[in-house]
This record gives sequence, C-alpha cells and structure tokens, in this order.
Amino acid sequence: MSYIPHTEKDIQEMLNAVGAASIEELFKAIPNNLRLKKPLNLPAPLVEQELINELTSLSKKNATVEEYISFLGAGAYHHYIPSVVNHLISRSEFYTAYTPYQPEISQGTLQAIFEYQTLICQLTGMEVANASMYDGASATAEAVLMAQRINSRTKVILSSGLHPEYREVVKTYLSKNDNNVKEVLYCTETGRTLAGAVEKSIDNDTSCVVVQHPNFFGSLEDIKAISDVVHKNKTIFIVAITEPISLGLLKPPGEFGADIVVGEGQSFGNSLNFGGPYLGFFATLEKYLRQMPGRLVGETVDKNGKRGFVLTMATREQHIRREKATSNICTNEGLCALAAAIYLTAIGKNGLMEMARLNLSKSEYLKNSLANIKGIKTAFTAPTFNEFVIELEKEPDAVVKAILKKGIIAGLPLKRFYSELSRHILICATEMNTKKDIDNLIEELSRT
Amino acid sequence: MEFPKDVRYTKEHEWVRVEGNVATVGVTDYAQDSLGDVVYLELPGDGAAVTKDETFGVVESVKAVSDLYSPISGAVIEINDALVDSPEVINDDPYGDAWMLKVEMSAPAELKELLTADEYKKYVEEEK
Amino acid sequence: MKPQNPQLDEPLIFKKSSKMRNGISILKSDVGDVIPGNTIPKELLREDIKDFPEVSEIDVVRHFTRLSQWNFGVDTGFYPLGSCTMKYNPKINEDIARLAGFSKVHPYQSDELNQGALQLMCELEEFLCEISGMDAATLQPAAGAHGELCGMLMIAKYFKEKDKPRKKVIIPDTAHGTNPASSNLAGFTVVSVKEENVGVITPEAVASVMDEDTAALMLTNPNTIGLFEKHIKEIAEIVHKKGGFIYCDGANLNAIMGIAKLGDMGVDVIQFNLHKTFSTPHGGGGPGSGPVGVKKLLEPYLPKPRIIKKGKRFSLDYNRPKSIGRLKAFYGNFAIMARAYSYIRAMGHDGLKKASEMAVLNANYIREKLKGHYYLPYNQTCMHESVFSDKFQSEKDVHTIDIAKRLMDYGFHPPTIYFPLIVSGAIMIEPTETETKETLDSFINAMISIAQGTKDNPDIVKNAPHTTQIGRLDETRAARNPILRWKG
Repeated sequence: MSYIPHTEKDIQEMLNAVGAASIEELFKAIPNNLRLKKPLNLPAPLVEQELINELTSLSKKNATVEEYISFLGAGAYHHYIPSVVNHLISRSEFYTAYTPYQPEISQGTLQAIFEYQTLICQLTGMEVANASMYDGASATAEAVLMAQRINSRTKVILSSGLHPEYREVVKTYLSKNDNNVKEVLYCTETGRTLAGAVEKSIDNDTSCVVVQHPNFFGSLEDIKAISDVVHKNKTIFIVAITEPISLGLLKPPGEFGADIVVGEGQSFGNSLNFGGPYLGFFATLEKYLRQMPGRLVGETVDKNGKRGFVLTMATREQHIRREKATSNICTNEGLCALAAAIYLTAIGKNGLMEMARLNLSKSEYLKNSLANIKGIKTAFTAPTFNEFVIELEKEPDAVVKAILKKGIIAGLPLKRFYSELSRHILICATEMNTKKDIDNLIEELSRT
Repeated sequence: MEFPKDVRYTKEHEWVRVEGNVATVGVTDYAQDSLGDVVYLELPGDGAAVTKDETFGVVESVKAVSDLYSPISGAVIEINDALVDSPEVINDDPYGDAWMLKVEMSAPAELKELLTADEYKKYVEEEK
Repeated sequence: MKPQNPQLDEPLIFKKSSKMRNGISILKSDVGDVIPGNTIPKELLREDIKDFPEVSEIDVVRHFTRLSQWNFGVDTGFYPLGSCTMKYNPKINEDIARLAGFSKVHPYQSDELNQGALQLMCELEEFLCEISGMDAATLQPAAGAHGELCGMLMIAKYFKEKDKPRKKVIIPDTAHGTNPASSNLAGFTVVSVKEENVGVITPEAVASVMDEDTAALMLTNPNTIGLFEKHIKEIAEIVHKKGGFIYCDGANLNAIMGIAKLGDMGVDVIQFNLHKTFSTPHGGGGPGSGPVGVKKLLEPYLPKPRIIKKGKRFSLDYNRPKSIGRLKAFYGNFAIMARAYSYIRAMGHDGLKKASEMAVLNANYIREKLKGHYYLPYNQTCMHESVFSDKFQSEKDVHTIDIAKRLMDYGFHPPTIYFPLIVSGAIMIEPTETETKETLDSFINAMISIAQGTKDNPDIVKNAPHTTQIGRLDETRAARNPILRWKG
C-alpha cells in the first residue's frame, strides 16, 4: 500500500476538519443495501520485490522475438528501436501528463505533436494530420466514417487486400447501417487489387474505396490506376498503410491523389507489445479539415507575441459537439505518437530511406531464395516491400509447427483469413533478420 | 447590448430585417456576446431552401458551436460570402455587415410569430 | 551577442536540420543491396522526403529533453484534474510493461507461445469483474470512449438479434461528451435527462422518458458532480422493466472500489478506464485502455476474440457468432493492461478499498476547506471529487479560466474547468488518494490566496500565468487561421 501516503494522524485530522466521525460516514450516500459485505476476492497484495519476481516469471511464459527468429509481420513489425526513443519517452514530464488542455504548462507535448503532425504529412504527402488514433484499424474505420460525412453517400468498398482485421473493424464501426460494406477480390495472379474490379463495383452512392499499400500480401498496389478510377466518380480514395517504413521508399499516396491516408505507426519506435498500444496515424487534405476526427495541435502566439502551440479546431470534438461530434475519440495514443516523432527524427531522412531499402533487400533475398526451392513457390507476381506470400505443397500449419521446434517462427499461415489460401504463408523480413537467420529459415523450409 | 427596433427576433437569437418580400437574416448582439470570438461560419448555398425553425448553418467560436435557425421560410437569394471569409465581423457589427442570408419569403405571415425588440430584450434578460 | 536563455525557447526540429547529417546509423546489408528500381516500378518510388529532419543524435536528445521540461506531469506536481484521476503512476509498472516477455511478443504468435500474456489478460478480466460485480469482460477497447462504443454496440446488437431494434438512449446532462458521441456512433438518438437541482437523477425523471424504444440509460456513478447516484437501484428497475439496459461510465470508479459493486446496483454494462482508476499513466493524452464488463445476458455480444481457459491452458476463441466483431486489430492495449494488472496485484482488496477511502477523504477535505472561498453549488459530502464555481469571483470579473491559470504560478496543475456543463464556470477538483495532507494544504492555501487576490488585485489573476515558459495563448487566432504543420 505504499502508493497511499496517509498516516493515522493525517486521517484523524482530516476527518475532524470535514466533521465526520469516521471514513464510513463519508460514504453515507451509498445506500446500505448496496454496500459490500465481504472483501473483494483478489490475490493478497504484493510488495514491489514480490511483484517484479512474480510478473517476470509470468512474462517468461511468453516467447519473444529475441529468443525466436521471427518472420511474422501482418500489421505488427519487429524493427530495431533506437535507445534514444525509450530514454526520451521515459521522461516522466511526458508520460505522466494528461491531454494538453492547459497549453501554458504543456508546450512540450504540444510542440512534439505539432512536429509529429508535420512528419506524418511529409511522409504521406498529405496536407494535415491529426494527433493520433487508437491504431491503424480504427483509423481506417474513422476514415470511412469521415468519407461518408464528406459526400453524404453510404456505400463503402474495401479491397480484400486490406488487412482482414481492419476490414472487421470497419464493419463493426459501420454496423448501424448494415450491408453497406462491399469487398472487391484481389487478383489471384498478382496479389493486388484490380482497378477494373474497383470500377465495376462503384456506383453513384459509393462513398469511398479503401486500399492498403503495400497490401496485406505485401504486394504493391497499382495505386495510380485505382486512384483514377475512384476519382472519376467523385468517390473518396482512402489509402491504408500497415508498414509505414515502406514510406522511406515508396512515393507517398498523396501524390497519387489519395483523399485520406491512414495507417499503423507501430513500426516507428513502438514495441510489439503483444498487439498494443500501437498508433493510428490519420492524414488528409485541408479542404476536409472540419470533417476530421481526433485532436489537432495548431501554432499561435501568446499575449506577448511569442510562438506557442494549442489544441485547436476543438468544436469538431465530443467534449463540445457531443452527439454531433466527428468522432467519439478522447484519449488517443499520444505517447506512441511521441515515440514515432522521436524515432523519425533520430533516424532522419537518409536513415529512413536506407532502412526501407534494407528491408527490401532482406525480403528480396529471402523471396528469391525460396523461389528456388522445390515445393515452394511465390504466390503472387506483384512487386513487394518487406512481406510476401509463398505457397507450399505441404500443409502450412504442420510446416510452421515443425520449424518452430528449431526456434523459428516461419510466418503466418493465411488459411485463418482466406479459406482459398489454405497452402499459403505470409512471410516478413526486416532489418532484424540477419542473413544467418534467413538462411536458417530457407534451410528448414527446404528440409520439411 | 443592442436591440434595434427595425428588426424582428427569434428565441434562438437570430434577427430578420424585411424589405418587400426579401428578408435579411443574421444573429443578435446577445448571440455574438455569448459565443465569444467567432472563428467559423457555415452557410447554405445560393438557391437553397430554408424553413422556419430549421437549421440553415453553424457558427463557431473557439469553444462553442451554435446551430443557426431560420426565422422564416423561403429561398436563399444571396449569401454573405465576405462574412464566411471574415466571420469575426459577427462580433463587430452583428446587425449590419454581419448579415448572413437574404431570403425570398414563401410565407411572410410567419413574421408575425417573431419577437419585437422589446419582447426579445425581456426574453434575453430572463434567460440570463 | 544578446543573452537568450535556451530553456525558454526551442526551435522546431526541422529548423535544426543540416543536409546529410544523420542521427542513428543504419545497419549495412548482409544480403546484398537491392536497387529499388530493379524490383519496383519507378513510378511507385520516391526520390526524397522533402524537409524531413536531418539531425544528430544529441540534437534529438536535447530537443525532446527541452520539450519535456515545459510539460507538467503527475511527477512534476499536484494534478487535481477532475474526472481524470491523475493518481501516482507507480514506476515498477513501467519496468514490468517493458519486460522482454511482455514487450517483445508478436500478436500473431500461436497461443502456446503467449501463455503468459493470455494468463495475465484472463486474470485481469477476472479482477475487473470481481471489482465491478460483472460476469464477463473484454480488454479490447483502447480507451474509455472506445469502451463506451463497444458497450453501446453490444446493446444495439442485442435488440437487433431479438428483431426489436431500439432507437433511443437516455443520457443525463451531466455526462461526459463521449457518452452522447459514442451512442450516436452506435446508431442511437440521444434523449437528455436533467438532474433535478439535487445533483442526482431521480427515478421520476427517468420514468418520464423511459419507454420501449429506449435501449439504455447511460449514467456515470459517482456522477460528474462527484455525487453518488443514490437512486440507481430504483432507476435500474424502471429501465429493466421496460426491457432496457443500464450502461455505467466507469470513469469515476476510483470512489467505490471495495465499497460497493456497480453490478449489485443493476448496472448491465460498464467500461473501465485503466488509465484513471488503475494507475496507468496518461502519456500526454494516451494510450489508455477501456475494458468493458457485462452481465451474463450480454456476454455473447462481446468483441472477438475472447480468452478462454481450459485447465491450465489459455487460448483465443474466434468462434463467437453473436459477437459485435472487432474494435481494433489484435487484442487491445496489452502493455497498459500489464501495468493495471500489476497495480491490482500490488494493492489487493485492502489496498483498493483504502485507495477509494482516501480519495474520498482527500476530496472532502478540499471541499470543506474551500467552501467559504468558492461557491459550491451542491453543498454536501462528495465522493472522489467536488465541483465549485467562479460565482463569487465573477463579481470582480475574474473567471474560472483566470483562477486556473493563476494556479500555475503556485506550481499546481489546474482542476478540470467548465465541466460539467450544467455548472456555470465549473471548477472540478479531484485530488486522488496518492496525495499527502501537506500537498492538499498547500493547494488549499493557493486557492484561498487566489480568492483573496481576486479581491485585492484582480488584474494579477486575470493576466496569469506569470511564471510559465509561455504566457496565455491566443486560441482564437489558432482557430481562425489554422497552422497545423510546419511548412518550411
């Protein structure tokens, strides 16, 4: 109970001051029949030393990407996190602060978010970015809702190359109007979304089209062709990105005419954390500013003319507009956005471009090596970044299981998301996979 | 606080000034004062139809949003584009340069339901 | 050269860039270097990231260290931000969340590789159910509002499945803005109900609006005035009789842990804010975590996957035909759950109960000491927070915003201001249990001194703060001409 500082003397003095005979009396507003009659059934309290021992042994029941050689990606990526990131986000002035509602004593958070917003715009080629959403999936859902507000149309088209869990989240967010979400199938040869198929599924009530780039299979989309088709019908074009390291290499979606670019920022300095907290980034065009969800930081001056930053355009938000707000979001992922800003600043322009190229090199090496193995073929022909799909002759679950015994997590069997891809595995290689690791995987796969 | 006599008022704090069959609409001095510094104004397009007691736009300050309710029904024949670009004029000159719409009235009889300056002043004082 | 204290000024990082300067060095490839243009069509490649930072590692460290110094956090000082429960964030929890076995675990590893994480989550669900009196829980929502959306979607789905969809949700006018916003997102129309001058909602007020098209009543208990909704059981009966649900916003759970269970009061759904009640840090706005607890009837609708325990083995169950689906990718903000879990293990029953008791004692102590100096619209024993207003100070044209800013000069974070909306010029003070009597006394003295200053020299209060890195900011200018990014 070390977190509660009250001594018996304090308690007595304070009770005297409030004129209560006992602590019990302070709770008299709670009717007696609603009071607990027995203690909560919780484990006995632990002191710090017991706690760290107990939790450390619990944590050891998990396999880590350090003990295993992992080739898992699929929306959560194992990248190197420079030491400065953790040191700086561990400054407790940052992490023990609340949302910066009082700008005079929150300039640190505010300026950092302003910089983060700028970095996201630079990377995506968009004009404005918000201060973050929960994750890539919920950011995608919010983008779809925003598109519906912009053009007052109802239908939504998702590429089946969009992360399956993102598609599920979009459907959950849109559940109040059923049956408005349609999916366009990916091309079984190239592994990407066909512009022609998108065109066919669009009608005058289509609000938006969502395409992931690189898509869930790692395939790079023909983003220009899709963008042209979508805009012909004044439909909103949303590009989702789950692996933003790719932006060190790929032309930003903004240059292809994307109206909204969203994605998962975990790769920028955030740990895998068994799935969260991650970071949803959200960027769009200035003309849609008032329809944006989430917080925004803007530049202004103080009463003496000195430059400073504030939360702004707040009339879009729930605390002012209540049921008419552009989103219900309040708490976001501020510290993860800070980690991203620090990561991107530390790695810098050349570093990010080099990092992207390194990821491409690793992945190409693995992809090309596997293509030469009997019983394995590359599933799709489209160019890829750091992930790709292979097709096996054998049952993938069994193969993955066998290789796991060698300390290698081979990738993600796709059957759980795509029934037709029952022999397929999604494999990711990043800068964390050494040539030796990759060669190990190649050897194990050729053996099984 | 100003309550000019040449206009009629609504309880939602809009005013209307009538010339022939054309009604000019804006928000009152009391409205701008309660909102504080206005930062944004959204108005319908030319030719849009407005209906009495229904919203025709939105006015925003830094920390408040207010729907604008039409005092009369009819067709919008002119909107004040300059005001949309400089909404702060609403704070400076609510009954003059900060007019918002000119409406060709379809039911001028509705005007009778609006408040006079004295009635509105009394209403505002009670609301405070 | 004119002296200029760097502590007061820090340029944007972009202004520190110098062409070809690097921070972190990137590993050289050990698998050969692929020229991107050889595998990827040229039209998909970028040549530059215009204006992106090019700075050294020490530039990065000094820049963000400087920025951190301009921030006020719980570790800096007293943070009585009402409704936000800014209690101390135990340091050990930061260490625990960063253990490799928690932080370096991929969410798509197979279940047998994640037994520790799944066990932690399963037990945390059980703890939260025990604390709140609920039957089942999900940890998936990433924040309080996300949890609200989850709960309201479950309620909507329940009625849809019965082929009797309902349209309305009743929400008191004291509610957080997220409540109506979340209800709207779930497809409901909001019906507002007023608290009747006594600070709590009455059964009569609810009965007058409750009907068979109303899916739920959404309330916060204790409410945002800091009062316990003492008619809750009767209100729940009225709502249940018409087939509706009671949703409780658990933002204020810190007042009643180990003292009463919301499940015993007729509450059917509740969201927890781990970043309030369970001591996880707010991170300057997030990440949080907003688990949802439900009664048995709503369990089938919980988001998927759910964690199931068979013997000693934990696994993820995706076969949930009635589930509302997913609210985010993967399973929720796990690293936040790990912190909250460790907090509950450190506290146990006695600790949590004592936390609530001391939170309520601290709030009442402040209420009692300030009530002559600031107007107290609901003058009665409060729970974990109390709401004052600027009514007395307004006579000198000093308003809540001025009082808040002046507190900064005394080294305190201001309370929540202008909320709840039903109290004009509200000042909402939530001290939490982790503050000492000495801290409270110095805060009380500061507040009294400001009240006195309002009489003696109101201009000092109106122009505050005077001692911060920057003065009062022009928010109107920011909103009229939005500058939302650096453009070079």
